[in-house]
Amino acid sequence: MSLVKLLLLMSLALVMRAGAAVEIQRPRGVPLSKRQFYEEEKPFTCLDGSRTIPFDRVNDDYCDCKDGSDEPGTAACPNGSFHCTNAGFRPAFIPSSRINDGICDCCDTTDEYNSGATCQNTCRELGRKERESLQKMAEVTREGFMLKQQLIHEAKKGQEEKQVKLTEFQSTKKGLEEKVEALRTVKEIAEEPEKEAKERHLKAWEEQKELIRMEKDKARMAEAFLELDDDADGYVSVAELQSHPELDPDSDGSLTETETQGLLGGADKVDTTAFESVWSSIKGKYLLESQSDPPAPVETPQEEARDLGSDHDSDHYPEDYAGEDEDEEEDEEDDDPEEEEDKAPPTVRTPEKKEDDEMSMPPYDAETQGLVDAAQKARDDFDEAERALREVDDQIKSLEKEIGFDFGPSAEFAYLYSQCYELSTSEYVYRLCPFNRVSQKPKFGGSETNLGLWGQWAGPEDNIYAVMKYDHGTGCWQGPNRSTTVKLTCGKETVVTSTSEPSRCEYLMEFTTPAVCQEPPSLEEALHGHTEL
Amino acid sequence: MAAFIVRMGPVLMLWLAVCVSGSWAVDRGNFKTCDQSTFCKRQRALKPGQSPYRALLETLELTNTKLTLQLINDNNKVRLLLELYRLQGNMTRVKINELKPLKPRFEVPDVLINDPPTEPLSLLSQDENGMVLSLGADSQRLIVSAKPFRLDIMEGREVLLSLNSRGLLAFEHLRIRKDTLADPEGAEKKEETDAASEQTEGEEATKEDEKVEDGMWEETFKSHTDSKPNGPTSISLDFSLPGVEHVYGIPEHADTLKLKTTDGGEPYRLYNLDVFQYELFNPMALYGAIPVMLSHSPQRTMGLFWLNAAETWVDISSNTAGKTVFGQMLDYVQGSSETPQTDVRWISESGIIDVFIMLGPTPTDVFAQYASLTGTQAFPPLAALAYHQCRWNYNDQEDVAAVDQGFDQHDIPYDFIWLDIEHADGKRYFTWDPHKFPQPKEMLQGLEDKRRKMVAIVDPHIKVDNSYKIHSEIRSRGFYIKNKDGGDYEGWCWPGNSGYPDFTNPEMRAWWASMFAYDQYEGSRENLYTWNDMNEPSVFNGPEVTMHKDAVHGNWEHRDLHNIYGLYVQMATAEGLIQRSGGVERPFVLTRAFFAGSQRYGAVWTGDNAAEWDHLKITIPMCLSLGLVGVSFCGADVGGFFKSPSPELLVRWYQTGAYQPFFRAHAHLDTPRREPWLFGPENTALIREAVRQRYALLPYWYQLFYHAHRTGQPVMRYSLWVEYPQDTATFSMDDQFLLGRDLLVHPVTEEGARGVTAYLPGNGEVWFDVHTFQKHNGGQNLYIPVTMSSIPVFQRGGSIIPRKVRVRRSSSCMEHDPYTLYVALSPKRFAQGELYIDDGHTFSYEKQKEFIYRRLAFANNTLSSRNLAPGSQFTTLSWIEKIVILGASKPSKVTLKMPDGKESQLEFDFDASMSVLTLRKPGVNAGVDWTVVLQ
Repeated sequence: MSLVKLLLLMSLALVMRAGAAVEIQRPRGVPLSKRQFYEEEKPFTCLDGSRTIPFDRVNDDYCDCKDGSDEPGTAACPNGSFHCTNAGFRPAFIPSSRINDGICDCCDTTDEYNSGATCQNTCRELGRKERESLQKMAEVTREGFMLKQQLIHEAKKGQEEKQVKLTEFQSTKKGLEEKVEALRTVKEIAEEPEKEAKERHLKAWEEQKELIRMEKDKARMAEAFLELDDDADGYVSVAELQSHPELDPDSDGSLTETETQGLLGGADKVDTTAFESVWSSIKGKYLLESQSDPPAPVETPQEEARDLGSDHDSDHYPEDYAGEDEDEEEDEEDDDPEEEEDKAPPTVRTPEKKEDDEMSMPPYDAETQGLVDAAQKARDDFDEAERALREVDDQIKSLEKEIGFDFGPSAEFAYLYSQCYELSTSEYVYRLCPFNRVSQKPKFGGSETNLGLWGQWAGPEDNIYAVMKYDHGTGCWQGPNRSTTVKLTCGKETVVTSTSEPSRCEYLMEFTTPAVCQEPPSLEEALHGHTEL
Repeated sequence: MAAFIVRMGPVLMLWLAVCVSGSWAVDRGNFKTCDQSTFCKRQRALKPGQSPYRALLETLELTNTKLTLQLINDNNKVRLLLELYRLQGNMTRVKINELKPLKPRFEVPDVLINDPPTEPLSLLSQDENGMVLSLGADSQRLIVSAKPFRLDIMEGREVLLSLNSRGLLAFEHLRIRKDTLADPEGAEKKEETDAASEQTEGEEATKEDEKVEDGMWEETFKSHTDSKPNGPTSISLDFSLPGVEHVYGIPEHADTLKLKTTDGGEPYRLYNLDVFQYELFNPMALYGAIPVMLSHSPQRTMGLFWLNAAETWVDISSNTAGKTVFGQMLDYVQGSSETPQTDVRWISESGIIDVFIMLGPTPTDVFAQYASLTGTQAFPPLAALAYHQCRWNYNDQEDVAAVDQGFDQHDIPYDFIWLDIEHADGKRYFTWDPHKFPQPKEMLQGLEDKRRKMVAIVDPHIKVDNSYKIHSEIRSRGFYIKNKDGGDYEGWCWPGNSGYPDFTNPEMRAWWASMFAYDQYEGSRENLYTWNDMNEPSVFNGPEVTMHKDAVHGNWEHRDLHNIYGLYVQMATAEGLIQRSGGVERPFVLTRAFFAGSQRYGAVWTGDNAAEWDHLKITIPMCLSLGLVGVSFCGADVGGFFKSPSPELLVRWYQTGAYQPFFRAHAHLDTPRREPWLFGPENTALIREAVRQRYALLPYWYQLFYHAHRTGQPVMRYSLWVEYPQDTATFSMDDQFLLGRDLLVHPVTEEGARGVTAYLPGNGEVWFDVHTFQKHNGGQNLYIPVTMSSIPVFQRGGSIIPRKVRVRRSSSCMEHDPYTLYVALSPKRFAQGELYIDDGHTFSYEKQKEFIYRRLAFANNTLSSRNLAPGSQFTTLSWIEKIVILGASKPSKVTLKMPDGKESQLEFDFDASMSVLTLRKPGVNAGVDWTVVLQ
């Protein structure tokens, strides 16, 4: 049977800031700050005051106090804590349950005094490392903070510039608006006579077309008569007409004698004069032997002309135009209406309308053309002014958006706006575009995945600018939409240092930037700020 | 791990999206109903009635070890051979096979731990109607009726159990195919040959028309065709249990503890399957199958062990029909229809009838009887009883280190961190992903430095990849299961195209075990253990997500042995872990698939459950069912595998899991992280407290497992018939359980619960709330108001439970810590308990008898510790730091007496309001004799 024998008191060597070593007696595991509660040869009162026990029950490996204060140096109390002095490094409290558990927790090895674990005192080494890293960090912080001041300065300048630009744009916009209105009036005035002249021209052209059409019809009739009059006796007979089965009125496949007679108006044969009335009833069906195609419907040219005309009109109102044709909607803004006007007719033309080419509308007369040209110029001027207005508007919107962003208390994050930073891993290239989006692209082919769009600052209340949150990325199967948390740490450079996916579709990115560097404490403070004494 | 959730390319993803999205329930269409499994349909079409089987009494042979008798089917004249054994320990074994099968039928090997020792049977009387045999010393009789054939086991005037009393014995004998597939002119000839051969056997061969039904020689389910080269081979037998209203067992089903009748519904199915998002409260098959059913009545507990590894269906009905009893011997039996009776019918697709009837009569007897056949629970390393932290997946070494650190930061103990399939290089088990886990040994050393351990998954599907050593060796050694055409069977699983090693082959198992040697399994160390998942086996593109039944294992079809495949995987893996340490260290292997006997190889869990309250509730009956049939080391994924638990559900699940044998949190890949500290400080504290309660109680858990290992008694018991077999009040209750005899746990499993009603059994007994020490009377329903921190647990008055209340960051860290004894006095001021201590991880307790096993007893105001195992030797550094006596009165003096006569006074503290006496620091070593006297 081996009872655990415990050292009640032990000597602790402490390195004083002055460098002198002093021995201070106190029970194991008690921090110096609480030494006065553990006075030898006096009964011990639990620190919560719950009871008083003889002093030899302090650190006797049995828990007497509810708050665990009687066993600072043993594992007896479930809620106790043990103080390691860790001379040369930072002192620490560890839970009592880590005393003599075979695992070295205190760098000065004092937690493992009876477990058989062989621990090395690593405090000096840790202290050195920590000093080094603190020094390094202090340096980074210092330089980072300087950079940050610069960033703030630039941001301020940038912000001011933007404000100035915005004001400029706004006044430009006002001027443009007036100009657009003026030009609209000019355009409308110019378009009125143009419209009248065009209509006149069109009407004349249509009358002319009608004449041409009638002549053509007569010619066809004559041709037909000649074709039909096989025996060239100057009459078209029933038999002769029967050779054209397409004329069958009831479309039953056979053109009977009676039917043919009917077509000839009850006569057995007709001469050229009588044929005129026959022709008007059969010309729709009649196939010229010289030309197997049926004649194109006569209305087509007119309709097309009207179509072209209306197209032309609507060109000035792209919105309406787009409404008519959804397919073009996405190209809407890129399309140059004038260009389209040039291009459109050839694509609309089809072979069967070839005939119309022969009958294309004659050019405007000089007077009309002059009116059209004037109206066109007025339209162009108006369009240009309107476009300019839109551009300015866009610029104003984008500036307002940028100015409206929360770039930190001193706008120190403004420089990240419209930048992107990448990190390559073995499989992916991750891309962080602050205030915009995070994405992931496989290195070896495959499309980009959206890991989240700018959401908001999401740090803890006292430091909300320490974390950025991007959400509403591409959805995950059976899961949420992808999102990314970006943790910002102080660094001289602006760079993505790591990415991970701790939970499915929830990404974590570490990002260093000078913008989060805090004003560094003095080096002295950094090194000794947390040490006891 | 699940079947089917996948990162396997867009096509499969799309298919999954179609199949799965919008519904969390199982896709029932993927799994067969009885009607879709043609043998089940054929057998179930057979209704109770006159059995065509007749015992040929003249063929009786009786030897010292067994009785044999031929049975004949009067319809087709096929003869069966019945073998009856009286087994030591009050069991009867009934084997029925074809007398002369065309070729041997499969008999399940490797399940029984030995050839069960027999006892002689003696013939008491015989006439032309039957015979009466004596079953040993008791008044137990076995009655064999000849026409129709039937067996009845009786004790005194009572029928305990009848076989074929409903005439459902059906044995599809092996036959030669007669349909069109045989050569056309040969068909007739074959019939002649059949007839001739039957005649040579001396039978009057009536050509009973064995009509060929659909599905006898080929069966199609969805797109899969089963070629069935052996034709119909199924078997069926019915059992009647007079006086029985409650039957239990035949896991694994997500259903109530008490089995339901299956009249008008589906039978309970036993067929190891990887069921994606299983539903609760139905008889569908799950990952494991243990064909053991227990019956219980206040008078008697019995068991039926149907040793068959083929697809099996079990029908249960509870009518009183068909109870006519044969012969003069039975005339005095009360045939009254008011007597409750349960009828059970087993149907299996192939193999033979081999039934062990365990006659009890007590629950303890049945457990011992079953353990004598199939062995007991493996005694796990103590750490395996502690808390396990798992997730699919801990992404990389940094993630593992961060989670490990998180537990320390939040002061929550854990012993094992687990790695799922993503840790391996392209799902090539026994390897590590070179980017995520480049230095596994360093990682394991880092855990070892904290006295913690790791489990990495090793599944039995092997990536077909010639540059992968495991695959090329298995292929070149011919160890893969073959398809029906003789090539290596290949199926789709996590790694893509995969082969499945034939674990039924002992050479394969030996080779597999050798792969766990430290020089074979690169990156492994002593603190790396193993998890076998997907060992049903899961085949994503196979019928019912498993292997084709016509796949070939040597001489046998997969059909014959499907349900035992998973057992062999775990067996070979556990053997590997033993061998790598030179036989010194106890293994720890978790398996998802299991069969009768799997308890010998490690732990099982209830598979891919979901973060739902009902799934939390079902963990209790599911693990209780397993415990009743030998598998004590059972647990469910804490928090639920699929979906994301609310903080309340997660906390309640930790509180429940802390009191269930296998305590592991696990989560699906697609769920948000849920390490215990991610739900705010309050929930972190609640989870910490639950885990700490587990750690404090580890000495008791360890002792229970030692018991289970020694005796086969379950660790997690149902309060009624294991300890309170007469207490019918609780016969259908499964929302609470006993741990061992002495702790009653009624976890809170209702959302928003403000109270629970626990049933405290035992009239005249008392129970003590383990948190408040409040005393309650037994035999009552007790309403307990609860808060989020409540875990209602009660210690039985009359018991002594050891705890280690100095909870540290892992169980190994607590090895030498002192014990606190909780002595809960019975109303007669009596209590007893045990204390078991060994090194916690080796076989030395068994091989060198290095353990401490003591009886702690309180009687006559004296508490003493006495050695229960005089031949053993072990020394411990642990001592007794405190003794808490519940239900005590205030003594004037407390004296500690040592065997050498030394006496000392102990200080004590008495809380009069709760009658709790606390003895301060006896300080005696836990391994020695001592006595404490209260005066």
